[in-house]
Amino acid sequence: MNALETKSVIKTYQSDSGVISAVDDVSLNVASGEFVALVGPSGSGKTTMLSILAALLKPTSGQVLIDGVDLSSLDDFQRVNMRREKIGFTFQANNLVPYLSAVENVELMLRLNNKLDKAGKLRARELLARLGLGERLNNYPGQMSGGQQQRVAIARALIHNPSLVLADEPTASLDTERAYQVVETFASLIHEQNRAGIMVTHDLRMCEFVDRVLIMEDGKLTKILKDRADIRKLSSARN
Amino acid sequence: MKKMSIAAYLAVKEIWKFRGRFLLVSLVIGLITLLVLFIAALGEGLGNGNREYLSKLDGELIVYQAKSDFLIPASRLDLNRFSEIKNVEGISDVGLLGTANSQLLLSGDDNFLKTALLGVEPGHVGEPKVIEGSQLSAADADEVILDRNVILRSNIQLGDTITIRVTQGTEDQVFTLKVVGITDGQQYALQPSLFVPFFTWDRIRPKSQAEINFSDPVANVFIVKVDQPENVEIIRDRIEEKIENVETATRKEAIQALPGYSAQQSTLNTQGGFTLFIGILVIGGFFQIQVLQKISQIGVLKAIGSANSVVAWASIIQITLITMIGVAIGAGLTFLFSLFFPPQVPIVFNGTTTAIAIIALLLIGPLGGLVSIRYAVRIEPLKALGLSS
Repeated sequence: MNALETKSVIKTYQSDSGVISAVDDVSLNVASGEFVALVGPSGSGKTTMLSILAALLKPTSGQVLIDGVDLSSLDDFQRVNMRREKIGFTFQANNLVPYLSAVENVELMLRLNNKLDKAGKLRARELLARLGLGERLNNYPGQMSGGQQQRVAIARALIHNPSLVLADEPTASLDTERAYQVVETFASLIHEQNRAGIMVTHDLRMCEFVDRVLIMEDGKLTKILKDRADIRKLSSARN
Repeated sequence: MKKMSIAAYLAVKEIWKFRGRFLLVSLVIGLITLLVLFIAALGEGLGNGNREYLSKLDGELIVYQAKSDFLIPASRLDLNRFSEIKNVEGISDVGLLGTANSQLLLSGDDNFLKTALLGVEPGHVGEPKVIEGSQLSAADADEVILDRNVILRSNIQLGDTITIRVTQGTEDQVFTLKVVGITDGQQYALQPSLFVPFFTWDRIRPKSQAEINFSDPVANVFIVKVDQPENVEIIRDRIEEKIENVETATRKEAIQALPGYSAQQSTLNTQGGFTLFIGILVIGGFFQIQVLQKISQIGVLKAIGSANSVVAWASIIQITLITMIGVAIGAGLTFLFSLFFPPQVPIVFNGTTTAIAIIALLLIGPLGGLVSIRYAVRIEPLKALGLSS
């Protein structure tokens, strides 16, 4: 079953020069256990698309279904609930709550979902240990490097068992080595935990770890790479 | 309930993590509290110093000479009218009151205490109840009841003989009086009071040359106690109807008419109000800057599924806690400072006034933070996270 499905999603903006189509008739789907990269040049609409998928932005028309639930049928309150329960999110930067420790940041998702019990606390610690942060559980974001913070954000995005995990430029502030480590771990957790994952990135090298690459240009989904060889070619072409 | 507990968790965690920053704000609130409580105490102290004797009077009405504008020193009533007023129906007691100033001589060269010299009728309304010793014995005895404030500012004790100095004509005169009783606080016109029998008062009070040769005693006002306090307005009308050339005031009206009393109280109340207003601006400003600094953080919280109510409650709880800590610090500082003030400083911490000031201070926090709470609730996660194009 597809964890995520979009049907003819259009997002337009009114500007002084007329109507701008940020997302133009995009239909896609992502299955559980599948990790997909959404790539494209600046202004191609990938961030707008990600915001729509994250229930942060309403499309002008079209449908977005997460676990079969149409986001357009939800009111604001229900969209907040959807984000909390069904979606995991990592951002480019300023990901974490600065006054919570690493483990508290991860547990926050369980707290918000009223699922913070003994087992949940243990799972948060195990997940952070799995991400190589076993020694950093009680460190605050200010005491961690960008890569470590990004890994805490990944743990937070996965801890509450969401159907869909979205990552917006997760390697933007990382050096190459850290970027590879973070995306590789992210991909393996998406596969292991059977989540649907979408990563928006302009760093094509990171496509090495995804199952499919969706290429957007001028708001349209112009190309889908499924073949391993094509994906490898794309990711290595820019190395 | 779940949202409240998450909000409380986030609020407390943030305060603890950035405790230095929040403590500074609490200290500012503490200083505002100190200022507000001292202004309130000063207002109470000054007001009390003016009205204490009148506010503790056992009588309900004060009778003045007509057109005296309820000014006690300006009113002069002869004893004929005193006899007439006693016969007014519904009055249970009437007492004479004469007011003047005197200098109470203390040990040491030219060392004296300025006092209010009040002539009252022994055994009648207007004579304060003693808390130690005995009441005045006769209308012309050389006895005095001392206000407790005299005791606090001198070494005089019950049974001592005191000397007062007044000016009569162009000469300074001294008189000795035996201390027979001590009352609780009974200040009048911001001075500690000496209560002497009325005819003694008339003999020893400051007088002009003309008054020295004028033998008939004249009181300033009469204090009236009515049979049934609920009928005070009826009795008031009756007095003004039956006695010529008088006007009457309730105790409250008499206090309000004390020279400078209303102006003084309104000035201090305005100062207190402005201090509270400054407090609102300070707290509002701090929390607004705080919200502006953490827009992206609030954006993350909203993006991952925190409801607006969680964000709002976290702000409210934070502001309330910081205000409470600040007010507690301020109240503690006020208490400590109050221990070191000499009795001459007119500062009185009245329970009700202090409670009102503290409640007002606790309310200024959330009031000041309203704008920042509204701002936090309106933060768009898309914009806060830089996802909007």
